[in-house]
Amino acid sequence: MSVLAWLIPISLMLGLVGLGAFVWALRNRQYEDPEGDSRRILSTDWDDRPKP
Amino acid sequence: MTAAVLPLASACPACDAVPAALAAAAGAAEGARGGIVLSLPTIHCASCIGDVERALAAVPGVRDARVNLTLRRVRVEAGPEVTAAALAERLERLGYPAQEMDAGALAATETDAAGRELLMRLGVAGFAMMNVMLLSVAVWSGAEAATRDLFHWISAAIALPTVAFAGQPFFRSAWASLRAGRLGMDVPIALALVLACLISVYETSLSGHHAYFDAAVMLCFFLLAGRYLDHRTRAIARGAAQALAALEVPRALRIRADGSAETVAVAALAPGDLVRVPPGARLPADGVVAHGESELDRSLLTGETLPVAVRPGDGATAGEVNLTGALELAVTAAGRDSSLARMAELVAVAEGARTRYTSLADRAARAYSPLVHLLAATAFLVWLERTGGDLRVALNIAAATLIITCPCALGLAVPAVVTAASGRLFRRGLLVKSGTALERLAEVDTVVFDKTGTLTLGAPEPVGLDSRPSAALALAGALGEGSAHPLARALAAAARARGLALPAVEALREVPGAGVEGRFGGRRVRLGRADWIGADALDATATYLDAGDGRPPHAFAFADRLRPGAAEAVAGLAAQGKRVILLSGDTPAAVAVFAARLGIAEARGGVRPEAKAEAVAALAAGGRRVLMVGDGLNDTAALASAHVSLAPASALDAARVASDIVLLGQSLAPVADAARLAVTARARIRENFALSALYNVVAVPIALVGLATPLAAALAMSLSSVTVTLNALRLGTGARR
Repeated sequence: MSVLAWLIPISLMLGLVGLGAFVWALRNRQYEDPEGDSRRILSTDWDDRPKP
Repeated sequence: MTAAVLPLASACPACDAVPAALAAAAGAAEGARGGIVLSLPTIHCASCIGDVERALAAVPGVRDARVNLTLRRVRVEAGPEVTAAALAERLERLGYPAQEMDAGALAATETDAAGRELLMRLGVAGFAMMNVMLLSVAVWSGAEAATRDLFHWISAAIALPTVAFAGQPFFRSAWASLRAGRLGMDVPIALALVLACLISVYETSLSGHHAYFDAAVMLCFFLLAGRYLDHRTRAIARGAAQALAALEVPRALRIRADGSAETVAVAALAPGDLVRVPPGARLPADGVVAHGESELDRSLLTGETLPVAVRPGDGATAGEVNLTGALELAVTAAGRDSSLARMAELVAVAEGARTRYTSLADRAARAYSPLVHLLAATAFLVWLERTGGDLRVALNIAAATLIITCPCALGLAVPAVVTAASGRLFRRGLLVKSGTALERLAEVDTVVFDKTGTLTLGAPEPVGLDSRPSAALALAGALGEGSAHPLARALAAAARARGLALPAVEALREVPGAGVEGRFGGRRVRLGRADWIGADALDATATYLDAGDGRPPHAFAFADRLRPGAAEAVAGLAAQGKRVILLSGDTPAAVAVFAARLGIAEARGGVRPEAKAEAVAALAAGGRRVLMVGDGLNDTAALASAHVSLAPASALDAARVASDIVLLGQSLAPVADAARLAVTARARIRENFALSALYNVVAVPIALVGLATPLAAALAMSLSSVTVTLNALRLGTGARR
């Protein structure tokens, strides 16, 4: 059962990473324009360098 | 314009250019930030985004332009020298019709802080639920002694902060309702959360078998899901309604003492100001015509189809549309004192009088809350008595009862159905603004329609054109092109629709209040009023053409054009056994003819706005539940006093605000469907209540006799929530065509 000492912290840590990503996405307004973002990926603008 | 100097803090460089990212930091400054927002109703693809953004970025002075495809609008950050009109014109030339939106009116929806806060809590609760559930499954499948205690402690470490954070909306609302001396739905929820946490910590510290951390977190998650659905439905509706309102930017052209004009906000107008109203614009204030002659479209205010001619000295009211000539108006009453604002007061009074409707959810909660508390308290006392004062057992059972009877399913029952139904109606072009509108719509047995602008498009259509010589029609169309008058426009459109080549008319000039005049083939030709042309006036709405060839003038008669789907809507509602009534401000004769055309048995013409509201109130007093469908200011009071109300998107702002449902498309056909769907939705809500009651009937006795385990609680909770949600979703997919 000593494996639990590793597994539980690891699983919690992974979960926290997911939660952190969700919070980041929410704060960053990633859900503002889902339709537009799904189309924007198809455009070739700013493919070579980031928009100034 | 402070956006450019704000420190940038986001992680990806590309996002830094996004003004939206700044808004998070700017917070409340959003409205004051300026910026231009344009609505782009036709934008739909990846290349449209590129076109629009590139075109706008090329305009000197524009710092940034970002399209939001979901909302179909673009936000432009630009220097003060850039005007919205110039940008809109540029986009129009590219083939994207654009319209300016009032950035201030949009500010509230763009920063939907409440929605994001709820989503955040939902995410945290979801994360915690998954992890605690993982540990709980290990306990249920037989973890013993030290392992079980360890798992319980870890669960506690996750669950306690989660409940403290994610449960805040419930604690706050429970506290508010307790202070007001009521027992809302949130009181048993908050109590169950607190009790579950306390008893579990206590049990764990004594290395007991049962801990309810999973139940507490799950309770939070499911209830937050219901809350979020509810909030989102409302936010979408409110956002779309505000977007409609924001399309009308309240501005006026004020004439300075030196004769030059300046653009000012309508709110800044004062009596005595002189404003210029170009053809096609809406009058910003009440006033007296000082210069110019024109015709005014009063249909939104009075329901009259025909424009009224005005000349200097005539009075005019705010909200009327100037049609043919430029006017200069001496303002007599603006803002709060204008007749528009007085009409809005009439609406406020009518809304106050509207009987307070208690929603199905409120009624359920009112029956449910006391019952749950009573059950838990009884369980506690009975077990305290039976075990001879064993506080631990009694508290455990009381907590189990509270958790098992948790209103998860109840909390989801209404929002899930309303979300599914509003989503379906939205796809059909109906925007449900109020949460209880569907329930109220389900009760409707009488439908009152307005005529002009509601059952008709408010746009006249020429009739009997086939009997006219096509040369005359082509000439009339060519003359009609030169005017903004609805009859002239309709003639021009009809001529073009018939594929006629419109002849070139020279020296085309509009004579305000009379018609259009030009030279064709060396002769003077005129299109306009009978007395101006010298023709005998027909007994119908008509315009007259003098072809200048010495022959008697041609008369073109018009009929009001039916809104598409109007006949289906009336027939569909009648087929559902509803009483259909037509109330209009137009002349009784015109209304009677029109009602006969649509097959409406009850029709009244010449009805004043107050009389409309009174008629609706009289119907309500007679025990009828009235659905009012109208668009004009003259309908607004009636819309507000009806049981449910519906307005087309072309309606005046005040009418849309007063109504519960807004029709986004042109066709009226979805109205009958909406009435049918509302009945189905109400049935689903009732089924959902029955389902969650059924779960309680099964589970509560088990909890009362002390046999409930955390596993049973978790099962009952998730099963009932899932069943209720699935039942609601049946509505969205079941009858899709």
